[in-house]
Amino acid sequence: MTDVAGATGADKAPAPEPAAERRFSETLHFARRNPKLLIGSGIVLTLLFIGLIGPFFVGDDPNAYVGPQSEPPNGEYWLGTTSFGQDIWAQFVYGLRSTFLIGVFGGGVAFVIGTAIGFVAGYKGGIIDEVLNMITNVVLVLPAMVVLIVAVAYLDARGVFVQGLFIGLTSWPWAARAVRSQTLSLATRDFVDLARLSGRRTWRIITTEVAPNMSSYLVMTFILLFGSAILIAAGLDFIGLGPTNGVSLGLMLESAVAWSALQLQMWWWFIPPGLGITTLVGSLYILNVGLDEVFNPKLREL
Amino acid sequence: MLELDRVHKVYRVGAFGGGRLRAVRDVSLTVKPGEVVSLIGESGSGKSTIGKMVLGLFRPTSGRITVEGTDITTIKGFAARKEYYRKVQGVFQDPFSCFNPIFKADRVFEMIRSSYFPGVSDADWRDKVLAAVGTVRLDPENVLNKYPHQLSGGQLQRLLIARALLLDIKLLVADEIISMLDASTRIDVLNLLGDLKERGLGILFVTHDLSLGNYVSDTSVILRKGAIAEMGPTLRVFDNPLHPYSRHLLSCVPQLHRTWAEVDAELAANPPEDVTLPTVAEDDDSAPLLEAEEGHFVGIDQG
Amino acid sequence: MTLRVKDLKVYYQTLRGDVHALDGVTFDLADGEIMGLAGESGCGKSTLGKSLIRLDSRMRHVGGSIELDGKDLPIADDDAMVPFRYHEISLIPQYAMSALNPTRKIGRMINELLRARGLRPADIAEELERRLELVGLDTDVLNRFPIELSGGMKQRVVMVMSTLLNPSLLIADEATSALDVSTQRSVAESMVEFRDRGYVKSMVFVTHDISLVYQMADTIMVMYAGRIAEKASTSTIINNPQHPYTQMLISALPEVGSTAEETRLEGIPGTPPGLLHPPTGCRFKDRCPMAFSKCNEQPPLLEIEPGHWAACWKTG
Repeated sequence: MTDVAGATGADKAPAPEPAAERRFSETLHFARRNPKLLIGSGIVLTLLFIGLIGPFFVGDDPNAYVGPQSEPPNGEYWLGTTSFGQDIWAQFVYGLRSTFLIGVFGGGVAFVIGTAIGFVAGYKGGIIDEVLNMITNVVLVLPAMVVLIVAVAYLDARGVFVQGLFIGLTSWPWAARAVRSQTLSLATRDFVDLARLSGRRTWRIITTEVAPNMSSYLVMTFILLFGSAILIAAGLDFIGLGPTNGVSLGLMLESAVAWSALQLQMWWWFIPPGLGITTLVGSLYILNVGLDEVFNPKLREL
Repeated sequence: MLELDRVHKVYRVGAFGGGRLRAVRDVSLTVKPGEVVSLIGESGSGKSTIGKMVLGLFRPTSGRITVEGTDITTIKGFAARKEYYRKVQGVFQDPFSCFNPIFKADRVFEMIRSSYFPGVSDADWRDKVLAAVGTVRLDPENVLNKYPHQLSGGQLQRLLIARALLLDIKLLVADEIISMLDASTRIDVLNLLGDLKERGLGILFVTHDLSLGNYVSDTSVILRKGAIAEMGPTLRVFDNPLHPYSRHLLSCVPQLHRTWAEVDAELAANPPEDVTLPTVAEDDDSAPLLEAEEGHFVGIDQG
Repeated sequence: MTLRVKDLKVYYQTLRGDVHALDGVTFDLADGEIMGLAGESGCGKSTLGKSLIRLDSRMRHVGGSIELDGKDLPIADDDAMVPFRYHEISLIPQYAMSALNPTRKIGRMINELLRARGLRPADIAEELERRLELVGLDTDVLNRFPIELSGGMKQRVVMVMSTLLNPSLLIADEATSALDVSTQRSVAESMVEFRDRGYVKSMVFVTHDISLVYQMADTIMVMYAGRIAEKASTSTIINNPQHPYTQMLISALPEVGSTAEETRLEGIPGTPPGLLHPPTGCRFKDRCPMAFSKCNEQPPLLEIEPGHWAACWKTG
């Protein structure tokens, strides 16, 4: 191992490329050749595009009663209509948008809390670590779904952001644990000691020395939190605790089931939201595995 | 200048912190300006722990560590610690791990600048860096503006010494700084330590390698299981090791022109005289030293 | 002749091209010879050690041959190498035991290993115990977990394990570098003892520590930038080296008892060349004080006196 490192390391005969640039181009090289990453990100980006652009073409209110009832997919209503004559395609694109919102917001809150606690616990160690670890473990063993159901049920007006906030507040623990263990190993590296000897403050050491060295890890953590926030939100929506004033893929599923779409064989009502959630979360995980292969040289296939 | 006075470091180990691990046991030593003191020991001897305590990265369990009269355990707060690092700096074992691989190597200089010399102009700073890089005998052309992976271990280690020299340091803790380097560059880094000593710097040189431990040092301290086994002027310690452990270590070091068999034969031909070692009770944590000859101490026998 | 390596070339594949880690290495290893393989990091010594037993996925056999006891070693063919490994060639890596399953007892691990090689552990049990005692280990270690052993004990167990079938060639890759000096000495001495008793026919001891190979090796081969610089008997390399690189390397080593005040030693200026696009001619010429015009051609490895090989125009 050392042999190769020495050989390439000492190699500066041809124009020396900056390491950051080289790492970047190397990462890009593997990224372009990784089908999992390409497929995963392709699907996620397509869905994101539909969610962003779609609502501009389908009218303001996806819940409006616009057409004939229980119409299967046709030229005018691409995904058909509900038993009440609502346009399912319109609901789908709005639902996709709010699903992304909940993922970004819920995942984002969990990410911020989780990484902050993980960094401080891992870097500071000692009693601070023990206290934070205890809190993390307590939240980890709380039955998150039950807490969410209770908490969300007590709120009168529920919006996407309130839902996201609650999801974020309950789903950070594993991220905190993962970041903590990475930080623990990085904090013992000599360059961290050296930064301390250079009179750097703790938060600067964490943000400029520790975090950049695990950036790929952080990206993957965020993606996983993003996916799990979407799943939790869909679960809440499905049992009727979704946003009271809007539409989401989970809510669509809920009303499809509530109005017996399954029994009426109105497949166009429950397949699109169900497939949408599955595809999105599934491709997020595929994307994550792809990223792992790209960032982690041990998993790269030559 | 640096004084360790009966320093202990005890770790609590085991499931409920019930066990005790004496990493450093009753160590007292001094480093004077212009003196290199080698801390020599095998793994688990506590040598690196002592270095890290002097650098304020670990706190001693008991005892005093003073630098120029100030007890460093009383240094509290960010500003005071920052002032301490103006006087005392360290260089570590693995030069590759000292540089954050995603930044250029000069960044270690920039960190010093932003912390300690925020007011200095670019031109003045450049002169200062060039002077420091020159002192460690590096060609600025070859080493500045490069990424760590483009430099050799020896170059990186010398850059780290240059970094310490940007500050007006009095004491350098050199923790195994040559053990990762190749034989052909090791000696240059050792020679550099010799040059710094000439400039009046006190150096605490932590090493596991006996043949390198004595090349630059004035005083050698041989550690075993956290306690001092033998301490004295380097030449005396190596020519006339008194502690059975030091003798054993020296007989095991691979030497370049004497085989182990030759060393053993020599020892058998003139067996060294036994020295009375100090003793302590089983449950006593102290580790007293006995002065066997002037300035040459032996410690307890830990079996 | 146990081992005969002819013009061996092994390259590492990287994104930016091939790293010429071993670029034409030729040497012989006599029966019963312990050869110390020394050089700086990146000189190809570990690559050579690995090539003799297993190429990893990035290593590519570009040319040359290896002959063990008169048979050609198919090093490029991983499957064809299987019958040779362990039976004919064994390896002791630097941290062998740490790579093994920590939840298995040593004895069970050894038994599994033997069964995987098609042997009945019971047939070898007696020999195993005898050898463990020989290296100063109690047979009780077989009932212990790897974590319960010290570094020196682990390396000794690995040494016994890897030589159980009396292989022709043992490769020790920095096998004692992580050990404390006193343990290092006893492990190194056990290795010599194993050779003396014929448990291994010959040995290649890869290390960066020249004073250690001086203690135990019969010959020393010094490598530089993927090629052999010099090979000779141990005392010749230490006391009368001919290649300028070996000379400078030996003179850069401080000895126990020498101080900077008495004799100030000097290192070798410069760094080894990169092996992605290795320079033509002698690879040491940029750092060599004796370099002259002829050094732009590659110096051949010549036998300058019996058993003493060097690759330098000044010695030839």
